[in-house]
Amino acid sequence: MRLAVVDSERCVGCQSCMFACARRQDEVGLAETCLGVRSVGGMERGFIVVVCRACDDPPCAKVCPTDALKPRDGGGVHLDVAKCIGCGHCRDACLIGAVFWDEEISKPMICIHCGYCVRFCPHGVLTLEEREVPGHARK
Amino acid sequence: MLASDTLANILYVDLSKKHYWIESRQDLFEKHVGGAGVAIQLLHEECPEGCDALNKENPVIFAVGPLTGLFPLASKTVAMFKSPHTGNLGESHCGGRSAVAIRMAGYGAIVIKGASDIPLYLAIHGNQVYFRDASSLWGMENSFTVGRIIRENEPGAGLRTIMRIGGAGEKLVSYACVTTETYRHFGRLGLGTVFGSKKLKGIVISGKRSLPVSDRKHYREVYDEIYQMAVTSSVMKKYHDLGTAENVLPLNQLGGLPARNLKEARFEEASGISGETFAEQYLGRRFACSHCPVGCIHIAALREPYADEAYFYKTSMISYDYEPIYALGSMLGISDAKGFLRLMEQVEVFGLDAMSTGVVLAWVTEAQEKGIISEKETTGIKLGWGDYHAYINAVRLIVEQPNEFYEALAHGVEHASSIYGGKDYALAFGGNEMPGYHTGPGAHTGVLIGSRQSHLDNAGYGIDQKVLVKKQLQPEELTQALLEEERWRQILSSLVVCFFARGIYQPDTVSRALHSAGFDLAPEELNRIGEKIHGEKYRFKTREGFSLDNLRLPKRIFETPSSVGLLDEEYIRSAVEHVGKLLIKGKA
Repeated sequence: MRLAVVDSERCVGCQSCMFACARRQDEVGLAETCLGVRSVGGMERGFIVVVCRACDDPPCAKVCPTDALKPRDGGGVHLDVAKCIGCGHCRDACLIGAVFWDEEISKPMICIHCGYCVRFCPHGVLTLEEREVPGHARK
Repeated sequence: MLASDTLANILYVDLSKKHYWIESRQDLFEKHVGGAGVAIQLLHEECPEGCDALNKENPVIFAVGPLTGLFPLASKTVAMFKSPHTGNLGESHCGGRSAVAIRMAGYGAIVIKGASDIPLYLAIHGNQVYFRDASSLWGMENSFTVGRIIRENEPGAGLRTIMRIGGAGEKLVSYACVTTETYRHFGRLGLGTVFGSKKLKGIVISGKRSLPVSDRKHYREVYDEIYQMAVTSSVMKKYHDLGTAENVLPLNQLGGLPARNLKEARFEEASGISGETFAEQYLGRRFACSHCPVGCIHIAALREPYADEAYFYKTSMISYDYEPIYALGSMLGISDAKGFLRLMEQVEVFGLDAMSTGVVLAWVTEAQEKGIISEKETTGIKLGWGDYHAYINAVRLIVEQPNEFYEALAHGVEHASSIYGGKDYALAFGGNEMPGYHTGPGAHTGVLIGSRQSHLDNAGYGIDQKVLVKKQLQPEELTQALLEEERWRQILSSLVVCFFARGIYQPDTVSRALHSAGFDLAPEELNRIGEKIHGEKYRFKTREGFSLDNLRLPKRIFETPSSVGLLDEEYIRSAVEHVGKLLIKGKA
């Protein structure tokens, strides 16, 4: 399963998903959220919804010098916090900006595709979708 | 409250000395909760008695509450200051990203003191405050452009609020607003004017942090309950479907929609500017304040050709709500939705309070009709009901103030009518232009006795529509009902819960939500605090010269039948008198 954006044009920018992500991690607020909603450049033009798209061949993992980020079954990556040295290469490697940063511990925050945020999207912008496991099929 | 909660932090900024500091004021929040409760205390502390509202001594205070960032819909920021428009208590509320941004930056309140010698905008990013030279923005009359430039110059996309003023604030029009996120406003009572007097062109605030809660399991349960109510409850439905514009047709049908300077309370062409018409023909996008799943903000897309070049168009995005539709629509006899939107856009560009602007223009139109104002004063403009082109020109002149007449208009209808006459149809209450309800005695009494002369103080129009249409109330019963509502609303505005969610945040729910923030306050205790906050506002008002004994009631409201028939002046006077008695009793 992976988190996906169905239609960002339906987003009203309420950020309920961002608050949900924090609660899922037993936090409250916006410091620990692994997805982001911001305006395109003025709210009248709509919103950009940044979520990890669980790449088949994730660039963030490829640039990790310590193997802290490893491709995960079904796409995306798994973070081993103990191995991570906080170099930030993963953040630079993600073109869509879906590697968020925990300022407190200077390490990345990685979406685990749990889908909790989907339950708090009032307008059907987000979904949790089944998909083929190309990472395995590609062999 | 919880000891580790940054809500207790108050950021003080001195614009004169370009200096800032943070003080922890846990006492203040423990006692007065947040929002309006804390802001009125800070105003008492910071605003010298009798000070000129445009003097640097007048502080600007922003406050949010303990539920902000914790629960949905607690996303309003309360601003307090001395109003340059009424010379008394200035209080205005705004949503957008403002409240969540202030909370995430690590503050419960921000106090802005002094005045700058050069134009500035403030950039508050977490615990860092930067004084940015805004000389290149000064003189820029379009608030949209100001927002765009600050947006491109500052970090924090998605996590920030951008407050700014347009030309009206710089030119000290006494009812200039502060705009945030392009479409939300600290609309009433001239906060934009106070910004202008301080040479403060804007404020950007951003931050992100984790907040403490007391009992995580309980917190998540209450959260889910409130969230579910917000997205499924019928009490929120009207706000996300047609938005507040939904009120146009029902109010018109009831005969409570002020039209043509309240010469009528029914507008025969109301369907042209109804919520339904806007939704069908113009609604281009909806969006929400931070942490509110409702999404009541309705934006019209207006596509227009340029006159000078074929196949060349622009599409403007313009917000609409009930009150602007009343003030810049029916009140001016405008039934052409396109015309209303154009006028609305002009008002937004300059950063004026849409409600006051509409009522001022309506008064001028009638004054011109009656011959007390000539085209000499208006510099050749002939205002006529429905002629939006003329109104757009007049709005520009109110901001530019080329002569004494427009200078007078830039100070509101109370002031202008005190110079030029026409008081009987100058529709201001306590110096503030009226809102869009001629529903009965509740609406007008409510605004008159409201602590900030706003229809939202106590929603008297609601009592008209729910109670007075069915049965009579004695004046003292009306007063009692208004005060009861206004006192409870002090709690909502101290939590900074949006009034649209008042049906969700009932006393019991408020108590349970507050438990998560470390406040254990039973509903009775909340009522007591609400009453106290209301008393504190009246203490400020009285200090600054407000008196229930000399309130002016424009004759017009007694000439035009309301939803419940012709109004009786004696009845309203008697209701006002009871406020005095009840307030004194409350103190004892």
